[in-house]
Amino acid sequence: MTHARMAAPRWALLATLLVALSAAAHAADPAQAATQAKGQAVYEHWCAPCHAPGPGHPGTQSLEFKYRGKLAAVLLERTDLAPQTVAQFVRQGVLLMAPFRKTEITDAQLTALSAYVARNFKSN
Amino acid sequence: MALPPNVSPTDFNAALAAWRQTVGAEWVFTSDEDIALYRDAYSIFWGEPEERLASGAVAPATLEQVQAVVRIANQHRIPIYPISTGRNLAYGGAAPVYSGSVVLDLKRMNRVLEVNERNAYALVEPGVSYFDLYDHIRKANLDVWIDPPDPGWGSVIGNALDGGGGWTASPFRDHFGSHCGMEVVLANGEVVRTGMGALPHSKSWQHNRWGYGPWVDGLFRQSNFAVVTKMGFYLMPRPEAYMMATVTSQRDEDIVPMLDVLNLLENQHLVNGSTQIFSGPGPPGSNAPMWSIQVPIYGPENVVRAQMDYVKRKFSAIAGVTFIEGELLRTPLSQEALARVRLVNFGIPNLSTFAMLGRGSANPDPAGGHIGFSPIAPRTGESLLEFKRFYSENLSKVSGGENLGIVGPVYMTCWERTLVCLIMFPISRDKAHNAKIRRAFESWVKLAADRGWAEYRAPAAYQDLIAGTYSYNDHALRRLRETIKDAVDPNGILAAGRYGVWPKHLRKT
Repeated sequence: MTHARMAAPRWALLATLLVALSAAAHAADPAQAATQAKGQAVYEHWCAPCHAPGPGHPGTQSLEFKYRGKLAAVLLERTDLAPQTVAQFVRQGVLLMAPFRKTEITDAQLTALSAYVARNFKSN
Repeated sequence: MALPPNVSPTDFNAALAAWRQTVGAEWVFTSDEDIALYRDAYSIFWGEPEERLASGAVAPATLEQVQAVVRIANQHRIPIYPISTGRNLAYGGAAPVYSGSVVLDLKRMNRVLEVNERNAYALVEPGVSYFDLYDHIRKANLDVWIDPPDPGWGSVIGNALDGGGGWTASPFRDHFGSHCGMEVVLANGEVVRTGMGALPHSKSWQHNRWGYGPWVDGLFRQSNFAVVTKMGFYLMPRPEAYMMATVTSQRDEDIVPMLDVLNLLENQHLVNGSTQIFSGPGPPGSNAPMWSIQVPIYGPENVVRAQMDYVKRKFSAIAGVTFIEGELLRTPLSQEALARVRLVNFGIPNLSTFAMLGRGSANPDPAGGHIGFSPIAPRTGESLLEFKRFYSENLSKVSGGENLGIVGPVYMTCWERTLVCLIMFPISRDKAHNAKIRRAFESWVKLAADRGWAEYRAPAAYQDLIAGTYSYNDHALRRLRETIKDAVDPNGILAAGRYGVWPKHLRKT
């Protein structure tokens, strides 16, 4: 047994699997799939520590308390977030979440991230 | 375009052009939109003239680029402010201490250069976060732990340089204290390696921190004498087991013998985990204890059990104290255990600490960020009780009779022999609220200093104020630091004002 086995909790692995399947289902053409994969990698590195499902994720906790079931607390389950909305939050921050600089998330990565998080976006 | 203070447009443009040539145009930031990303999101002066703002940012990716960027700054007398990951929230974030400085953003220097399992150390660059180092170790299947602070997105180097601490075993929780070997770039662009790293072809840079001759590493902690580009850190070989006991008492005065026992056990290295002190009492009618101390031990299972027996014996000798032995957890933890432990105690970085400060039932309408006032006191019960009284006697007065949302004191025991008595202040985008918080914060600093307490670390806006309290012999320590500053950075380009050290041309006295 090694330290490497101290991976993320089971629910997080399940969530990652579901997210990956979801991303693949949403990205039929190869270019879109590549963007989604790139966006997913950015999401998992920068966003998931706060916004993944389950306890211990302050972003999810905050949105759960804010929306009280009217909107999904888990970002990847939202259908009302347009790519530009995602980008705005990343670059402007909100409450405890400080903005992310371009040395952390480049403009190209932000485009992919926004497309990924907003892949379920349904405009009214 | 904003200009650094006392720098002509010609000089600034020449520096920018040279930096673009060095790092590539896309890594030199001068637009208002880009510079805004370097604002301190937790600034106590948000939107006010005193807010510390950058005039630009430049982001090298290699040691050679750092050298060139620093030389260009020195040539044109441009003040630059190095940051590692820029996530030093509550202590300035990515913003400079001296407004108008150009931020030297080292986030792109993000290589884990070595992790050595046999001798349990790592060598990293400043842009490496605790998440990055943890992922690297996990992917390499190495049996060592890191020591993360509460938020895992901070820089391993940056946190150590700022005086941060963590949550695993005692030799590793003092992040600067557990480093071994540095590489720094001086204001003239020269590279220095410390300790054994000064030996060409050294084989032991991360094995022995002292090297030969005067040890200079401490000069680069909470400092502005150089840009740190590499640091080695000791890692913790994964312990076989972890066990935590909880010691409680219903009587206020019991904290005196409780801390005496705790100190003895820590100083004997029988308790090596990160202890925590919780103070009560709980709600009226509850049976919540007045004091509760968590006492964790890491080690082989049979050794941990034997040490815990001794710990139990020592605490149980205090009349009226309850000793609750916790479950022994074997590592690697099971998935079930991972879901219920505090991950940082097991070397796993995360961001759950923000849940405590963010929106939730205890805090339905958070104002935004926070800053902390965290003076150091001796680790004794008498000292703790004195601070507790001090806090309750002065809270209303320093708050102007209002409830400003100040929370405290939280007694932190990251370092042996030390109590850090933390008071938290909510920051918002409301200038009137922030003005009240500033008055309260400044009052605490002055009142505490009169009692012999001062901070271990401070938000950028208060680094001068706090440095001023370390005034023994008419500020002799400050003068010594200024002498060094003038010698190693004669043009005063590096991180002016950081932790109260100003270059000659910017000193007020």
